[in-house]
Amino acid sequence: MVVLGIETSCDDTAASVLARRADGTLEVLSSVVSSQIDLHARYGGVVPEVASRAHIDRIIPVLAEAMREAHVQRGDLDAIAATIGPGLVGSLLVGVSAAKALSLVWGVPFVGVNHLEGHLFAPLLEEQDVAFPLLVLLVSGGHTMLLGMFGPGDYRLMGRTLDDAAGEAFDKVARYLGLGYPGGPVIDRLATEGDLSAIAFPRSMLHDGLDFSFSGLKTSVVNYVRRHPEVAATDVAASFQEAAVDVLVHKARLAASQIGAVGMSLAGGVAANTRLRARWAAAAKADGRRAHLPSLAYCTDNAAMVAAAGLWRLAELGPTPLDCGVDPNLSLAALL
Amino acid sequence: MPPELLVVSNSAEQTRACAAALAEQCRAGDLVILTGDLGAGKTAFCQGFGAALGVPGPITSPTFTLHQRHEGRLVMHHLDVYRIEQLDETIELGLSELLESGGVTLIEWGDKIRLALPARYLELSMELGERDDDRRIRVTCVGDGWQDRMAAFTESLALRGVTSC
Repeated sequence: MVVLGIETSCDDTAASVLARRADGTLEVLSSVVSSQIDLHARYGGVVPEVASRAHIDRIIPVLAEAMREAHVQRGDLDAIAATIGPGLVGSLLVGVSAAKALSLVWGVPFVGVNHLEGHLFAPLLEEQDVAFPLLVLLVSGGHTMLLGMFGPGDYRLMGRTLDDAAGEAFDKVARYLGLGYPGGPVIDRLATEGDLSAIAFPRSMLHDGLDFSFSGLKTSVVNYVRRHPEVAATDVAASFQEAAVDVLVHKARLAASQIGAVGMSLAGGVAANTRLRARWAAAAKADGRRAHLPSLAYCTDNAAMVAAAGLWRLAELGPTPLDCGVDPNLSLAALL
Repeated sequence: MPPELLVVSNSAEQTRACAAALAEQCRAGDLVILTGDLGAGKTAFCQGFGAALGVPGPITSPTFTLHQRHEGRLVMHHLDVYRIEQLDETIELGLSELLESGGVTLIEWGDKIRLALPARYLELSMELGERDDDRRIRVTCVGDGWQDRMAAFTESLALRGVTSC
């Protein structure tokens, strides 16, 4: 089975070709994300990041690149999968329209994929022997949720943010400190030079169930810096990061023990944070669980995860009708 | 343009109560923009507003999704244009369609897209105060359509124990 995956839910235009071998192993033949391609040089023009126009300009070259890198022709494809939500409506429509058009013209089935389910397939892309139940912390600029994965298609939502996503707090704190965007990498870097116990920022809702709140932490940082303008940005970064990571890891361990998880996996852009990765691995080891830390390329938005979820959906539930629309507010509840 | 009203809040709860008082006065087609520093309470305000409209479930920040639609007594469109860098990116938001679609629209960081806004809206400018939890909310009516509701809004604030002047 060879599947072409398409992901255009947010800023990145991505396409990937994924193969499932006869023995069931998954192999990513290509995974192209628009930011990896020098579009400016090859196709000219600078495109605004948020507009769907950018996806329209990029989708064809990105698809062509994914097919070329994978050394596959259209006749090799068994299905085309695309993210149908959640995301920006204009952006989603570009990927889904491309997928449907190719499906119709090439005569291969179309499969609609929930972007959040895609993230859950990230750990399966690089490790063939993932055991369930798996506790997944999906943590990015737009999402913060704890999910129990009992197998493909079998999920339980255990906790979620009640206000800001964790990655959003990183970005907003970085911007407030004048460190630039995106905030994750710069806070990660500065924190290594700072004292993580310099400032006791609050661990919101630490002992209050499995839901998260990061808005108060962001406000605490703002308040602290207003009162102490002389404070070292490295100490703020390290102490803020530690407060966020503390809560994420603490609740993940709790959730993992509730479902008797064999392993615990990170997913989403914040999974790139070195402190979170280190604490994650240590927590898993301490609790006797296997730590899954997907490569950064599969943590952030990518189409390989969409192809993997699509491949499973097609096998279990068959193709998606071509009159299926996009849903910008699609939740995981539809899959639970 | 001078503010019509200055609301003084000394907790996130009072900010939410202020939002509930405003929600009472809102009608389909209204636009409210929220401006002010990081941590000033814009999202807390939107949470209180949504709760007052009877929106089920959490009102989470739409910074990354740009737009979240909630169903309550009125449909609530919750937008956040924090990430918008260029005015032409607001085309993606479909603002005029949203305003005509029969709900009430709240836009966080709305001052970033002021040129794309319609002639009439309510602006809430939120500022951090002296103490950590203190906030000042300056309420300004832009265009007509809000002035006649200010008296009822003030009364509703007083009923909820929120100070305004």
